[in-house]
Amino acid sequence: MAQSIEQTRDGDALVLRPRGRWVVADAQALDDRLAEIRAGAARRVRIDLAGVEAMDTTGAWLLFRLKRGLEASGAAVSVDHVGAELAPLLTQIEKRQASPVKPPRRGFGPIVLLAHIGFRTVELMRLTRALLAFFGEVAITFARTAAQPRRLRFTPMVAQMQRAGVSALGIVGLLSFLVGIVMTYIGAQQLKPYGAEIFTVNLLAVGFLRELGGLMAAIIIAGRSGSAFTAEIGAMVVNEEIDAMRTLGLDPIEVLVVPRILGLILTLPFLTFWADFTGLAGGAVMCRTSLDIPLTTFLVQLHGAVSLWSVFLGIIKAPFFAACIALIGCNEGLLVTRSAESVGRRTTQSVVQAIFLVIVLDALFSIFFNELGI
Amino acid sequence: MSSASDVVAPVVRVRSLTTSIGGRILVRDATFDLRPGEVLGVVGASGSGKSVLLRTIVGLVPAAAGTIEIFGDELGRSGQTDLRRFGARWGVLFQDGALFSSLTVAENIMVPLREQLHLSPALMHEIAALKIALVGLPPDTADKFPAALSGGMRKRAGLARALALDPKLLFLDEPTAGLDPIAATEFDGLVRDLKESLGLTVFMVTHDLDSLIAICDRIAVIVDQRVVIGTLAELMRNPHPWIQAYFRGPRGRAAQVAEAANG
Repeated sequence: MAQSIEQTRDGDALVLRPRGRWVVADAQALDDRLAEIRAGAARRVRIDLAGVEAMDTTGAWLLFRLKRGLEASGAAVSVDHVGAELAPLLTQIEKRQASPVKPPRRGFGPIVLLAHIGFRTVELMRLTRALLAFFGEVAITFARTAAQPRRLRFTPMVAQMQRAGVSALGIVGLLSFLVGIVMTYIGAQQLKPYGAEIFTVNLLAVGFLRELGGLMAAIIIAGRSGSAFTAEIGAMVVNEEIDAMRTLGLDPIEVLVVPRILGLILTLPFLTFWADFTGLAGGAVMCRTSLDIPLTTFLVQLHGAVSLWSVFLGIIKAPFFAACIALIGCNEGLLVTRSAESVGRRTTQSVVQAIFLVIVLDALFSIFFNELGI
Repeated sequence: MSSASDVVAPVVRVRSLTTSIGGRILVRDATFDLRPGEVLGVVGASGSGKSVLLRTIVGLVPAAAGTIEIFGDELGRSGQTDLRRFGARWGVLFQDGALFSSLTVAENIMVPLREQLHLSPALMHEIAALKIALVGLPPDTADKFPAALSGGMRKRAGLARALALDPKLLFLDEPTAGLDPIAATEFDGLVRDLKESLGLTVFMVTHDLDSLIAICDRIAVIVDQRVVIGTLAELMRNPHPWIQAYFRGPRGRAAQVAEAANG
């Protein structure tokens, strides 16, 4: 911290004698001192470097900037006692003049907000268009695959089914089981005053088979597999693997997207069935332990409450949810640009959009079934 | 600027170092010093472990055996704390620049400045612009993101970041690979000037024979899991067939002719 700049006047000349270390670690202190130096009336300025103990590129830059500033105010500047080892450094700095930089501008608040809203709106429209275009592209590839089934990548598809389906059995089962318990508990509490605890089973059965089982499975898979699709494909984009595929004549849609979509479409109905089953099992356990409804009574009541048709209505939605999740996951993955931050942002987007669309789709199905009177 | 103690104490002291990756031993029992103000070039066949040697010395890959001392401090096996301790004193340039992809080039250069020093934003921007100019990038690169740069530009931006704190010790992994010949020559000139002015010590993995001959004081060759180190003249006399083929091959000869012509 021992920099000082001694200023002496010698007739019409100003002599500057900087001392100490001119290195980046002390750059702030130096910069503050240099700001005070003015040529004033001096026509000539001599900078004597004899007292400088060490200088690095930052120090050399500050010296060069000082010299340039003094020259701009009309003084002739000379630099004396430049050490032999410093000469090449100063030449480099002078040769590669850094252009003056403006610190980033900050805009006026409301305008920034307005610009932000506009930007996001355009972004949203672009995204919608991209998703539609992607859907079209995938549909064409599907048609081509249907015409030439040999083009289907069977092994990756099975691998996806294993990863998205079999590996998810534990978490889907556990969560559905717990939700089954919660629903039974809440339902029983509400129905008890009427002595209608037994109808808890109806509530559970219709709720789970028609809606909850499918939604639970779809939402877990959106969080688990949809995000994985985006991150995997996104990392491949960052690593230029997708470009490499294209140059090798491979269609990324065919190689990466179709197996994922098809794999998930085939998997999610089974997961939905599994969620239905474990949810009902959770309810049955709860009925037996807290409501004193034995398993046989539970099953008889269940049989009366729902038909196979209800199970089917719950499961028929699953392939649509699956297509939606996989489509969004893959699309967001391919939209990744080459930065780590964009992988994270796209993955978040993928999960949020997939869950949103699954719920919208579910609502549409409800209206549709309602109109059909089933 | 260099005191007598600097001359005797090596910047990097490697003793019986064995490097391995995934259980495969790459270099066995290497012992060498990096002297202050010297540029050491490291060459070897692809896959012989040049980059792993560099990564081991900077503490990214644990050493299988042996010790590494940098500025007289032993680099332990604790990893993270060591890297924090040394981060201000060395600069590392990775093969592909390894820029932070979510930051602009200027912000990348400001990362070490911000972490290690207390500077005003205006001064940090100035230093970033200086480093950008120093490595020969156009000024408008400052506000670009790494994804928008070519490979050679990313490499230079990586060098600018490595030089941000004006370290005394620089590790370069294939700095001139992917640069056009003019840029590569400029790069060599820059490293030489920095070395002369700042007393920079450089550990450079390279395949560029021109760089090797133009700026390296000594050359370390990795052959048969050993590190053979010496000046160019000494290595030329080494009878090992790979070393002979390397320096006496058509490319090696052309580079030496070119250097001789330049004086």
